Amino acid sequence: MKAFLILEDGNVFEGESIGSSKTIVSEIVFNTSMTGYLEVLTDPSYAGQAVVMTYPLIGNYGICYEDMEAAKPVQKGFIVREISRRASNFRNEATIEEFLIKYDITGIQGIDTRALTKILREKGTMNGMITTDENYVLEEVLEEIRKYKVVDAVKSVTCTEKRFYEGQGKKVALLDLGTKYNIEKNLVKRGCQVTVYPAFTKAEEILADNPDGIMLSNGPGDPKECVEIIEQIKILFDSNVPIFAICLGHQLLALATGADTEKMKYGHRGGNHPVKDLETGHVYISSQNHGYVVKEDSINKDIAKPGFINVNDKTIEGLRYHNKPVFTVQFHPEACPGPRDSEFLFDEFIKMMEVGK
Amino acid sequence: MPKNNSIKKVLVVGSGPIVIGQAAEFDYAGTQACRSLKEEGVEVVLVNSNPATIMTDKDIADKVYIEPLTSDVVKKIMLKEKPDSILPTLGGQAALNIAMELEESGFLKENGIKLIGTSSQTIKKAEDREEFKKTMEKIGEPCAPSEVVTDIEAGLKFVEKIGYPVVLRPAYTLGGSGGGIAHNEEEFIDILSNGLRLSRVGQVLVERCIAGWKEIEYEVMRDANGTCITVCNMENLDPVGVHTGDSIVVAPSQTLSDKEYQMLRSSALNIISELNITGGCNVQYALNPNSFEYCVIEVNPRVSRSSALASKATGYPIAKVTAKIALGYDLDEIQNAITGKTYASFEPTLDYCVVKIPRLPFDKFIQAKRTLTTQMKATGEVMSIATSFEGALMKALRSLEQHIDSLIHGDYSQVSTELVREALHRVDDRRIFVVAEAIRRGISLEEINEITKIDIWFLDKIAILVEAEKELKQKELDKELLLKAKRLEFPDAVIGKLVGKTEEEVKALRNEWNIKPAYRMVDTCAAEFEAATPYYYSSYDCVNEVNAPKTKKRIMVLGSGPIRIGQGIEFDYCSVHSVWALKKAGYETIIVNNNPETVSTDFDIADKLYFEPLTAEDVENIVNLEQPDGAVVQFGGQTAIKLTEALLKMGVKILGTSAENVDAAEDRERFDEILEECCIPRPKGTTVFTQEEALKAAHELGYPVLVRPSYVLGGQGMQIAISDSDIIEFMEIINRTVQEHPILVDKYLMGKEVEVDAVCDGEDIIIPGIMEHVERAGIHSGDSISVYPSLNISPKIKRVIEDYTRKLAKSLHVIGLINIQFIVYEDEVYVIEVNPRSSRTVPYISKVTGIPIVDLASRVIVGEKIKDMGYTPGLQPESQYYAIKMPVFSFEKLRGAEISLGPEMKSTGECLGISKDFHEALYKAFLGSGVDLPKHKKMIITVKDSDKLEAVEIGKRFQALGYEIFATRSTCRILNENGVTAKHINKIEESSPNLMDLILSHEIDLVIDTPSQGVDKSRDGFLIRRNAIETGVNVLTSIDTARALLTSLETADANKLSLVDISEI
Repeated sequence: MKAFLILEDGNVFEGESIGSSKTIVSEIVFNTSMTGYLEVLTDPSYAGQAVVMTYPLIGNYGICYEDMEAAKPVQKGFIVREISRRASNFRNEATIEEFLIKYDITGIQGIDTRALTKILREKGTMNGMITTDENYVLEEVLEEIRKYKVVDAVKSVTCTEKRFYEGQGKKVALLDLGTKYNIEKNLVKRGCQVTVYPAFTKAEEILADNPDGIMLSNGPGDPKECVEIIEQIKILFDSNVPIFAICLGHQLLALATGADTEKMKYGHRGGNHPVKDLETGHVYISSQNHGYVVKEDSINKDIAKPGFINVNDKTIEGLRYHNKPVFTVQFHPEACPGPRDSEFLFDEFIKMMEVGK
Repeated sequence: MPKNNSIKKVLVVGSGPIVIGQAAEFDYAGTQACRSLKEEGVEVVLVNSNPATIMTDKDIADKVYIEPLTSDVVKKIMLKEKPDSILPTLGGQAALNIAMELEESGFLKENGIKLIGTSSQTIKKAEDREEFKKTMEKIGEPCAPSEVVTDIEAGLKFVEKIGYPVVLRPAYTLGGSGGGIAHNEEEFIDILSNGLRLSRVGQVLVERCIAGWKEIEYEVMRDANGTCITVCNMENLDPVGVHTGDSIVVAPSQTLSDKEYQMLRSSALNIISELNITGGCNVQYALNPNSFEYCVIEVNPRVSRSSALASKATGYPIAKVTAKIALGYDLDEIQNAITGKTYASFEPTLDYCVVKIPRLPFDKFIQAKRTLTTQMKATGEVMSIATSFEGALMKALRSLEQHIDSLIHGDYSQVSTELVREALHRVDDRRIFVVAEAIRRGISLEEINEITKIDIWFLDKIAILVEAEKELKQKELDKELLLKAKRLEFPDAVIGKLVGKTEEEVKALRNEWNIKPAYRMVDTCAAEFEAATPYYYSSYDCVNEVNAPKTKKRIMVLGSGPIRIGQGIEFDYCSVHSVWALKKAGYETIIVNNNPETVSTDFDIADKLYFEPLTAEDVENIVNLEQPDGAVVQFGGQTAIKLTEALLKMGVKILGTSAENVDAAEDRERFDEILEECCIPRPKGTTVFTQEEALKAAHELGYPVLVRPSYVLGGQGMQIAISDSDIIEFMEIINRTVQEHPILVDKYLMGKEVEVDAVCDGEDIIIPGIMEHVERAGIHSGDSISVYPSLNISPKIKRVIEDYTRKLAKSLHVIGLINIQFIVYEDEVYVIEVNPRSSRTVPYISKVTGIPIVDLASRVIVGEKIKDMGYTPGLQPESQYYAIKMPVFSFEKLRGAEISLGPEMKSTGECLGISKDFHEALYKAFLGSGVDLPKHKKMIITVKDSDKLEAVEIGKRFQALGYEIFATRSTCRILNENGVTAKHINKIEESSPNLMDLILSHEIDLVIDTPSQGVDKSRDGFLIRRNAIETGVNVLTSIDTARALLTSLETADANKLSLVDISEI
């Protein structure tokens, strides 16, 4: 079946429908990872978005359900150049096509994803529609596309109830802003006793459980939209409990301490971004997925200093807070997909909790 | 860390002659590194014995020594030049071994010279099997159960524990030399004894066989600050068991999930950190296809063939960055030249698929075993880029130039499905075509996977291509189907064959339906950042990214494709120099090539690089887009010349010698007319098509005669026939492939062979020098020792040669380069071959005379005159240096290959000996080629009857040098009768102790074995030569070569070798 990807600037790509054939409107972003399409598909940070994979051959090793990063995918659409008709891997349980159908995700293949990526790079992230309706009227749908906005993103992906993981080690409170499973897995692997809290849990409730440390997870959407959560994070910050925050968590903590964030032209999404640890000068290749960033000039020098910067565009990739056991990163030390070079940050967090108590 | 300013003068060690396992990739790496060092203001001293390289140009390094790559010579150079540092990690295993020797002997320390790029501890940890195993165990990286053994007994004991099959890998050898898989005790002892001998340290690793696992490679970089990145990972289509150099390789990996990809990536970074490598490094893995289990196969603590491939596949300049790291820079301080926005600490990400296919030499060595093992056999490789695996595979196949244009290759019409199934078990260079045929026969992918262990994903892709063949055969060709076929990269000719149309008709349909390729950029970042690299590949389903407003005249230079015997790195040298000269003359240059090992495919050589197959169709598509004002074909070897006709049809002007005149040199009748007009004699000859005609011609001319196809490279298929049965046999072999052109039969004159390269501007010529071959006519010029200036040619003959060259160049209206081979026979000069194009000797003669021939030729091509370039036309004054070009062979890598020399070229590379003293030059040339005598002072002589008298003289002289001589019956008798003491030794088929026992005693320095003329069918001679080569004994098959070796041994004093800085010539 034919499918169309219509961008808000009027560009139209014609391809073939894969997965669900329902029409969707979403933000369109691109990811440059060459492997890990399932992890991308199930990363809650993509809520409200459709992802273009720049690598042209997708689905080669099929679907290994245990690699999912959330209970279900939240992406609205999946845009690829070519889906492999045959998947091959010893863990493979289904083809990507079957997966998209199972979760009712609209997809399109057979388009020039590089040309599409260049448009997004040059004009910035924009909205788009994927439809199988050949009789669409461009003017009408463009209006609909332009109107679209990702709202209540965190709400749409956070858990509704607390969940627990047993452990003999540190007691960690993980605030689920749209967390990837691998954050919890990394904590559990290090023996932590983990409680995952829904995003809108009150700070008092978390602190009442007397955690050794708090983790603020990754998540989708515009950080400034999370007004209520930011208020609670202020309380957590003031509690002096060690905090480690990733991605959206990092942005929210920055906002909570008076800094500002802004939308990037087309963000960082992929597994090859170099980030430099400003303390050691060491550079790590990181997994990234963010469209917003903390503005460097908005950081109150008395409260925090940049901990990591992006080697390419020099944007803020992490903050270290003065006189507090608090550090945050914009990138994803939990990887999945992408390199595991910065996984040691979880160890740092454990150490920080040991010192903190 | 910023640059280390204490590094001011660096000695860069090259990799020496091209041999199987160590090829052009090191010229690419070395050249890039030298340029990178010079860019930083560092003075570069270069040593490499290979004159065909670009790195040994005086504009690449400040001081250039084309000297034998031995530790003694390198020491001498260091003492003379006093560099503060030595950088060995860009010259392959050869350079690394020398650096290790210098470090271990304390020489570097004594002289205050730093080993930069990587430390000796690192090299030792990575290269010494035992140390490596210990290191891996320490950091918990798994290796296959293995043990390093130093004798057979210990080997057998270990195998008892782990069971057959086992893999054997000798330590410190090139391209896995001497390695292999043993399935039983007999094979085990055979391979192990060979491996122990070849290993520099007498160590062989015996390990559990993990054949059939996925073979995965990671190219990683690390700086002194500990930052690590992976440039690229690659997956071999051929599972473990086939050397990665002989495997079809795809980048990035295709069948690994993120979990496996990251597991191995983390492991690679872990290893490079533990080994403390600074620079590029290659880690090879075996990955169990049914679990997460993996083993580290090997680590190369240096730039390698795989890193050249990874560089071209991603656009990330590994060698350049390695050089910068050696100077002290960190990865995040080195800007990515492609984007100008990212840094070297960024990991490239691809939005296309890359396929590499090895170029194997079995067309040259018909008798060699085609089985692919852990011992590399390929001489070169091609790479292709496409948006799908299928497309990349199809493009790479047709880039090989082996009469292959798709997966339809080989005639299986008479082969039963059972036999096809059986053929799947054979692991050789034809396996991919057998797999395709098996799929055509309906053998299930599961079964093929079971037999070959090739991943189902790859098999399914091959199935897609096979299905498309079928669809084309069965369906009406409409626009949709044609577009589909083109997206799968089916060439027009193949589509035509399948649908029953001509290539032209298919092309016409494409034009009618507007199906044409577009070109996309290789940008390291999958379009995430804007890039300005002019590095392109084609695709039939994308938006074109080349915008080509013409600001100046545009010239297309056609490259020479994969390295093969007969067409080596010399032609890349020529292509690159031509590009540089044309750029300097104010032209925009475009290069088209498909060889990832070369300098020409670096994106900063030409103004634009098209990484594409060199077929007429692929080139035409580029022509249509770029509309070049002209094309240069004379520098790209036969590959480029073959495209001449097609280019003319496209309306592209051929710059330089016209196509018509190129043809006149190849067309026997027209060429004879020209010779007659010029009053130049040539050996009598004629053209034939059939066996009957050939026999008739031979009888008229009288034996011996030379038989060869026209329009071939390196004398391919050329043979000397001494009887009717030879003619019958050769004609049968030649006509196995359909000949478009006639076959030449010439009278064979056994005279002195002489060669010239000249530049002609239509009026004047310039001949840099006359080169004389040591071996008499009958041995291919590429396999002969070549001497400049000539020693035995009288001034009168030189004038004749100059005169003939001028006449021929003018009559053929040569504009640019011409190469002529003469025979001087009984004081008469005969022309035997004229090539109005660049030749193998161009880099060599340019360097030793200091006359930049390619530069001059390129300028002549665009209209300049020799007189205006500051040269006096004619034969140039002779140099005060003797420069001797010595061929180098790779016979030990090719089991079963006949090593005796003849009219068909067999050498893979060459080295140079240069000195003011002829004998010293000769000695250096032999030394550079690996002939380092004496050791045991024992030798074997067994010669054909016609050589027996000359053998006496040779024997006498060796005896005078203290050699103990062994000889077979008749040779022995003649030697003894003439006063040479020789011991009689039984022939192989006779009882023990015989020749074979003697060779296997490892005490023989040299075997002189001259086979009888024609194809030597004697099993005995063949066995002697093969066994000698495989046990590392020097074998000479020509009396002339033996005499030259003697001369060098008699007079040269190894301790007093002089050094020549080429940049001062």
